[in-house]
Amino acid sequence: MSASQTIAYNPDYDGPIISVRGLRNSFGEQVVHDNLDLDVRRGEIIGVVGGSGTGKSVLMRSIIGLQMPNEGEVEVFGQHILGKSDAETIEIRKRWGVLFQGGALFSTLTVAENVMVPIREFYPDMDREFRREVAKYKVCLSGLPPDAAPKYPSQLSGGMRKRAGIARALALDPELLFLDEPTAGLDPIGAAAFDNLTKELQQTLGLTVFLITHDLDTLHAICDRVAVLADQQVIAVGTIDELLALDHPWIQEYFNGPRGRMASSGKKMLG
Amino acid sequence: MSIPSDFVEETAEDGAVTLHFSGDLSIASIGDLPERLRDFASQAKRLDISGTGYVDTVGAWLIHRTARDMEAEIVGADDDAERLIAAVAGADQATEIRPDALNPVVRVLGEIGESTALAFTTLTGLIGFFGAIMVGFFRLVRHPGQIRWNAVIQRFDVVGVRALGIVGLMSFLIGLVIAQQGAVQLRQFGAEVFTVNLVGRLTLRELGVLMTAIMVAGRSGSAFAAQIGTMKLTEEIDAMRTIGVSPIEALVLPRFLAAVIMLPLLGFYASVVAIIGGGLLSWVELDIPPATFFARIREVVPLTDVYVGLVKAPVFGAIIAITGCYQGMQVKGNAEDVGKRTTAAVVQAIFLVIVLDAFFAVFFSWIGWN
Ligand SMILES: Nc1ncnc2c1ncn2[C@@H]1O[C@H](COP(=O)(O)OP(=O)(O)O)[C@@H](O)[C@H]1O
Ligand SMILES: [Mg+2]
Repeated sequence: MSASQTIAYNPDYDGPIISVRGLRNSFGEQVVHDNLDLDVRRGEIIGVVGGSGTGKSVLMRSIIGLQMPNEGEVEVFGQHILGKSDAETIEIRKRWGVLFQGGALFSTLTVAENVMVPIREFYPDMDREFRREVAKYKVCLSGLPPDAAPKYPSQLSGGMRKRAGIARALALDPELLFLDEPTAGLDPIGAAAFDNLTKELQQTLGLTVFLITHDLDTLHAICDRVAVLADQQVIAVGTIDELLALDHPWIQEYFNGPRGRMASSGKKMLG
Repeated sequence: MSIPSDFVEETAEDGAVTLHFSGDLSIASIGDLPERLRDFASQAKRLDISGTGYVDTVGAWLIHRTARDMEAEIVGADDDAERLIAAVAGADQATEIRPDALNPVVRVLGEIGESTALAFTTLTGLIGFFGAIMVGFFRLVRHPGQIRWNAVIQRFDVVGVRALGIVGLMSFLIGLVIAQQGAVQLRQFGAEVFTVNLVGRLTLRELGVLMTAIMVAGRSGSAFAAQIGTMKLTEEIDAMRTIGVSPIEALVLPRFLAAVIMLPLLGFYASVVAIIGGGLLSWVELDIPPATFFARIREVVPLTDVYVGLVKAPVFGAIIAITGCYQGMQVKGNAEDVGKRTTAAVVQAIFLVIVLDAFFAVFFSWIGWN
């Protein structure tokens, strides 16, 4: 690579994809995370749950380097990334895609152009015609109808915008996908379709998915493990059955409340 | 690191060509392979990818597309590659990057037509908007209990009080410059004492109010458009309507009242500060002491000059508020539109203010207020 201090990407690394140790985040007086640990394994879909305002989005922002924590270590693909400059982490950032809570599509570009932006930034030498083709199939791959590609984000519905966001997050064929509440605000059919899409992409592309969600159906349907955020920490990580065996009041309330029971019985009926 | 992808061609005895691919077929390693495959002249019968390493969707797409265009068969794909190729093949649909572009002549003609139509719709829109403001105004006059005093007072503060500093500084400098230029030119005729007339009449009659209007258009007209436009985007305005709050009464009228009431005050203040600036320069440059200067001002400036300024100012204020709020209400779609509308609000406000100023000049000389 050109810059000698650029962190190289090591394809043979097979430890945890994300490893967070002793993370502390605070905004003024308010402490959001304190001594938080989390490991994400290769190839899994990990669901991150927690009440509103417990710092799920802030955790994601810390991992992808948008939020500088007060203390702690974050490793992604086995590389320390905190405090590194954008230029140093470019090889790492090529390997992940992010879907923000609000979609965060560039409003002055069409959906297909949105997908082309990361490709152009990270692979400027790619053949122009080929780049356009890639953008087009990515749009279709994310489950949008072909006529959505030349539309502007403001011309799309909420669910379509989420899919367009996925298409952009997948632009670089990442190994790691961050999704911040992807099904929030979608109708149940749209949400289920989105779950299927995530699962399908994970299986086809071998993705690891860091999935922040409030959606119990999503947790039951596609998550391999669930991490529970409460009291400024990840209080438990495991499959839903493992979590149910714990008698933490919030976890019991969350999974055994009326909605939690419905979602799990729905799953039993299907499976 | 990834191994760059490559291909070699092999021709069998019966003339059928096979392309053997090697290396990783991924976005990072694909390099100039797409160009080379496109420039590859002959048709291949088979694409052999048994020699490849890591394959991602970009590589799968390249293979799929090449196979499609050459009507070739893909051989040697392992399970992963096969699944990926099937996935991208399913996503292979005719589509576009941007909406269709028109031919240039039609486009230019269309744009001329559109901007002409836009000029007229903007004009009628502004007049209609003014009507809506008046309706809201008279409704509030009949039900004074519903006036949002808090909002109105807050606007007074933002539009008027907070502009005092910048308007004062600007006017002071303008007063200085007029006096200085006047002194230099009039001295050639030995008439430098007329500098006082120049400063007094010009600022009270024309420049005080005009420059203030331009400043307020840039400061507050743009803010009106941007604030209301952003609220439009976040559906706040729709929310207001459904709750039964009229956006005209809640958002537009306070701004309209603030601009209409504050502009005469600011304009008069600006004229006074400009006269002080001119007086200071006259004192230093022409040795006219302040007492004499102000006595001369009272002699040479007719009271009608003050009236001229004060009659124009509320009209200019109304223009600024109407264009700002109107453009804000027209925002739709995306954040870029807020920027466009804000610019349009300022440009239209300043343009209309200057056009009206010319009409006022003709009108006042016609009624004999020279
Ligand atoms: N930039 C910021 N400045 C101040 N406080 C913030 C900021 N970002 C997040 N917070 C606070 O951190 C807490 C966690 O936020 P967030 O991670 O967005 O919650 P959620 O778990 O719902 O995604 C909230 O209480 C929020 O108010
Ligand atoms: Mg959040």
